[in-house]
Amino acid sequence: MKKVMMGNHALSYGAMLARAQVVSAYPITPQTQVVELLSEMCADGTLEAQFIKVESEHSAMASCIGASVAGARAFTATSSQGLALMHEMLHWAGGGRHPIVMGEVNRAMAPGWSIWTDQNDSLSQRDTGWMQFYCSSNQEVVDTVIQAFKVAETLMIPAMVILDAFALSHTYEVVDVPEQALVDKYLPPFKPAIRLNPADPRAFGGLTGSEHYMELRYKLEKDMEKAPALIEETGREYEKLFGRRLGLIDAYRCDDADFVFVTSGTAGYTARVAVDELRASGVKAGNLRIKVFRPFPYRQVREVLGRVKKAAVLDRNCSYGAGGIFYQEVKSAVYSSPGMPPIFGYIAGLGGRDIMTDSFKEIAAHAASRDRADEEIVWIGVKK
Amino acid sequence: MRPKKAPKIVFKSPDDMPTMICSVGHQTHNLTGAWRNIRPEVDRAKCLKCGMCWKFCPEPAIEVIDEWPVVDYDYCKGCGICAVECPSKCIVMVEERR
Ligand code: SF4
Ligand code: SF4
Repeated sequence: MKKVMMGNHALSYGAMLARAQVVSAYPITPQTQVVELLSEMCADGTLEAQFIKVESEHSAMASCIGASVAGARAFTATSSQGLALMHEMLHWAGGGRHPIVMGEVNRAMAPGWSIWTDQNDSLSQRDTGWMQFYCSSNQEVVDTVIQAFKVAETLMIPAMVILDAFALSHTYEVVDVPEQALVDKYLPPFKPAIRLNPADPRAFGGLTGSEHYMELRYKLEKDMEKAPALIEETGREYEKLFGRRLGLIDAYRCDDADFVFVTSGTAGYTARVAVDELRASGVKAGNLRIKVFRPFPYRQVREVLGRVKKAAVLDRNCSYGAGGIFYQEVKSAVYSSPGMPPIFGYIAGLGGRDIMTDSFKEIAAHAASRDRADEEIVWIGVKK
Repeated sequence: MRPKKAPKIVFKSPDDMPTMICSVGHQTHNLTGAWRNIRPEVDRAKCLKCGMCWKFCPEPAIEVIDEWPVVDYDYCKGCGICAVECPSKCIVMVEERR
């Protein structure tokens, strides 16, 4: 069934179709409609779930952890300052191996107080042991929530499904809503091997001495390393049932490209238009949109970049003192592989400043004007 | 009293370990009572057997045995929360002399 919906509601529909059993969340602009709709669904019986009202995002994540350890499929959503407040609990969910799925609406961190999009909020959480999926359409949001539960529960690793504030969260698009019966076939009920059970009492997350802690973290990393193959496999399975392939990257016109943009989020769709326009003017451009940031798809990125002459990474974020975060990852993906192109780094669109097709043309022109990528980070659209 | 010495589990390899860290028995081997410099003592003459101390002890180091609160000094870290919460003020914190 096709429906016109905003990105936030795409998250709600994803959680509903995945049959989330516990939804615990605290409202924050621009995420509020996600949980508003879910609370209505819980109230009118569309979704058979416990909706827990909490006093903070820290508690929202804490109660999702409790629900998950008791064996329930748990969902929450947040954004920016709310995500930052959750930080401690994100480590608990990642380190404790609780496969919660969370919608995360990218919103710039304050101060200056902002409600508009950029990626510093979610990227600041990259080392918490969560998978991160960056979406660029409402369709992808619905589909990814369903897939994220499957991957998360298989590996016992939580996952964030991330979308840009307003550019996606409040933008209405046509979404082909997956059929419930098919979703049930794709995503069986959550049945963890170990769970909180009064008949078999256990203490979770307790004191762990130096004789075990390191092995726990080793296991988390090793399981995270299984995620890329599993995301691709479950993405192909998804395609068989729903006709849409879900993967780690989305390579647009990259096969014969000389020059590619490396993008994420909604900027990754704007880049496609820029690619078409550049091609019309004779530049063999392509766009490599990175969908999954954790685990980072090193091999897939190398495969695309190994075929091109130049690449330009666009970051809607900044790690102060080190530049764009995707840029760093992309460079480390190709480091020590022979035959890799020069890779240029650009920062644009912070705090919701629009990233337009012209922004991409400016990037393409800049990269075309030099042969070597020095460590210089170029800011696009900063007032001169 | 609960059994003090649950066997200490030491895993030989990551594959032996549960994905979620749980019930490895370390807590019973971590004698937090060693941190204590003041100890709670219950005056049974004034105790109401209400169980508030049992409820509030964060460790938890108070067990209710035959309705009486009994402090397990192997684990009581001497925080004094029980003494503050006790409605009849019958828990006194006494300095440890060791
Ligand atoms: S002093 Fe603290 S740890 Fe000891 S019994 Fe009282 S509440 Fe528990
Ligand atoms: S709180 Fe005080 S009165 Fe109540 S059981 Fe404990 S010691 Fe007794």
